[in-house]
Amino acid sequence: MSSVGTMQPVPDQVRADLLRPLLRTSWKFYSLVLILGAIVVAALTAWATQMTLGFGISGIRWPIYWGFYVTNFVFWIGISHAGTLISAILRLVNAGWRRPVTRCAEVITAFALMIGAMFPIIHLGRPWLAFWLFPYPSERMIWPNFRSPLVWDFFAINTYLTGSVLFLFLPMIPDFAVVRDRATGMRRRIYGALALGWRGTPTQWHRLETAMQIMAVAIIPVAVSVHTIVSFDFSMAPVPLWQSTIFGPYFVAGAIFSGIAGLIIAMALLRRFLHLERYLHPVHFQNLGKLLLMMALLWGYFVFNERLVTYYGNRVSDMQVFWRTQRLTFAPLYWTMVGCNFVLPLVIMGISRFRTITGCVIASIGVVIGMWLERFLIIVPALGHKYLPYSFGVYRPQPVEIVITIGTFAAMALLYVLFAKFVPIISMWELTAVQHPGPALIPPATAEHPLGETHA
Amino acid sequence: MAHKWGMAADLDRCTGCGACVTACHAENNISTVGAEQAARGRAKHWIRVERYWEGEFPDVHMKFRPVMCQQCDNAPCEPVCPTYASHHTPDGLNAQVYNRCIGTRYCANACPYNVRFFDFFNPSWEKPLHLQLNPDVSLREVGVMEKCTFCVQRIKATAIQAEAENRELKDGEIKPACVQTCPATALVFGDLNDPGSEVSRLARSPRGSKLLEDLGTLPKVTYLSKQTQP
Repeated sequence: MSSVGTMQPVPDQVRADLLRPLLRTSWKFYSLVLILGAIVVAALTAWATQMTLGFGISGIRWPIYWGFYVTNFVFWIGISHAGTLISAILRLVNAGWRRPVTRCAEVITAFALMIGAMFPIIHLGRPWLAFWLFPYPSERMIWPNFRSPLVWDFFAINTYLTGSVLFLFLPMIPDFAVVRDRATGMRRRIYGALALGWRGTPTQWHRLETAMQIMAVAIIPVAVSVHTIVSFDFSMAPVPLWQSTIFGPYFVAGAIFSGIAGLIIAMALLRRFLHLERYLHPVHFQNLGKLLLMMALLWGYFVFNERLVTYYGNRVSDMQVFWRTQRLTFAPLYWTMVGCNFVLPLVIMGISRFRTITGCVIASIGVVIGMWLERFLIIVPALGHKYLPYSFGVYRPQPVEIVITIGTFAAMALLYVLFAKFVPIISMWELTAVQHPGPALIPPATAEHPLGETHA
Repeated sequence: MAHKWGMAADLDRCTGCGACVTACHAENNISTVGAEQAARGRAKHWIRVERYWEGEFPDVHMKFRPVMCQQCDNAPCEPVCPTYASHHTPDGLNAQVYNRCIGTRYCANACPYNVRFFDFFNPSWEKPLHLQLNPDVSLREVGVMEKCTFCVQRIKATAIQAEAENRELKDGEIKPACVQTCPATALVFGDLNDPGSEVSRLARSPRGSKLLEDLGTLPKVTYLSKQTQP
């Protein structure tokens, strides 16, 4: 094991590097928070305006009753699959290269879920009554309708959010203890409370490892079920091109796909602005890029499958929507989606020379755009061309929806920036794994050992 | 035996005059939204007259089809509602409880007929229309879904009256506003569980068909139209 020690960054160096953002604050941080905060406030104002003036200021109309808001809902729940799922799988297979990646991934899950879960409330006609989805014992003995996929959504998202926050919090405990031991005053009290009395005894390490293992196993089926249930919101309704048995796995694959893309972008930004070049190596991006490539192929397979079956089935109502996306009104968006989600990642991630950090980021930005379009193209064209030609309609998003959509991206960035400010964004104890008396863990990846396999 | 309310619409009689639409607005306190909002898809016509052209030029026929809530026995709008605002009554009506509606609009997406309408704004009427509101029908606030009820207030009032007089309901005694108004008597309302009623007789007619019947929604509105060999 002694040879392993020399391969790793010195613990003191790790702490200095990773605690720097917590202890030092530059004017850049304040201005960034100010700008992002202003956009979030604008979005909240837009929402308040919508509640005051009426839902009519949005572009929602008869018969297209779901638009940008539900698109954003599915998109953000999809992004949330980056973290916990990927990190849980990488933990279970004990991939050594995961070490610096897991926490930035898990944070995405927690925040993207919180933002995604806002949208079912934002899109409600009467959001002040959203609590009727809770199965609370009301004096009128009315329960929510457990047959409704929206109620399933409510439970699935809450379960996933609770699980992800726990999964994120557990490995932060030893790091909180490190901050506690180096801080003074108010900061010491706060981090002391968060560290839950961590002393680093062998029993505590053992319990932490066990809890992590249990959570990693438990969170995977929850993550898969969440996006399957989100897909049920569509596939359970008799709408052309919505009623599809493939939607469950199709949505889960798309979610993981966009999640990896989101993670790559977040990691690249962290690497650049927090100067984490020593910890986030090109090899991490390459590995995630390979995952992205695999998911792009899987996504392409699902889209091909969905489209071909529809085309071959040739039902009148289905074909209305099919041609609308394939060749008519929505064709520019559709082919942009195919380019962003399939062609772009295939070319950039498929050719190893392009699989650099910049290449990964370009492909990921494409995938994020493409996956947002995918959700939009599932929802809007189908609702606009539902069976009776008399009631066909065209959806035009209005400023309030656009502002709220932009606001959620700012909210995500703001939450992420604040998190990176208050918590070491890379798990310090996992990087220096051999320093504690836990089970023998595989050391982190280095340039010579890209997958972090046992070096000895 | 419980009632099962149904309707028949004779397309060979319908002239597309739109009196049913006007009567429905007046009876059910459906607010008007103005031309601008109507163009943006915010008009709420619980019953609408769809116009279709049939045949090739010069042998072209115009066909009108009044479309209202089909009060499906297997309604897609009901299971998707998370709060039971959309639910089935014992007499087969597809009820919408405005007070329970939180406005997910899922029911309207699930409805293949697009006969459910969302209140985008609080209701308002151009003067003097605000003086003719029907006291038997509740107003709907912003953010809820509304739709055709088969004039449930008239069904209930007539049933209560019959009970007070200790007699059975007579066929044709209940008339929703659209049925009462139709100058061509193209619309017929009645009890589908009574095999002798006019609406049951029409539902069995060889001219009859259901709208989007292949979706399996079991609608309770029968459309009657002369059948021709294609």
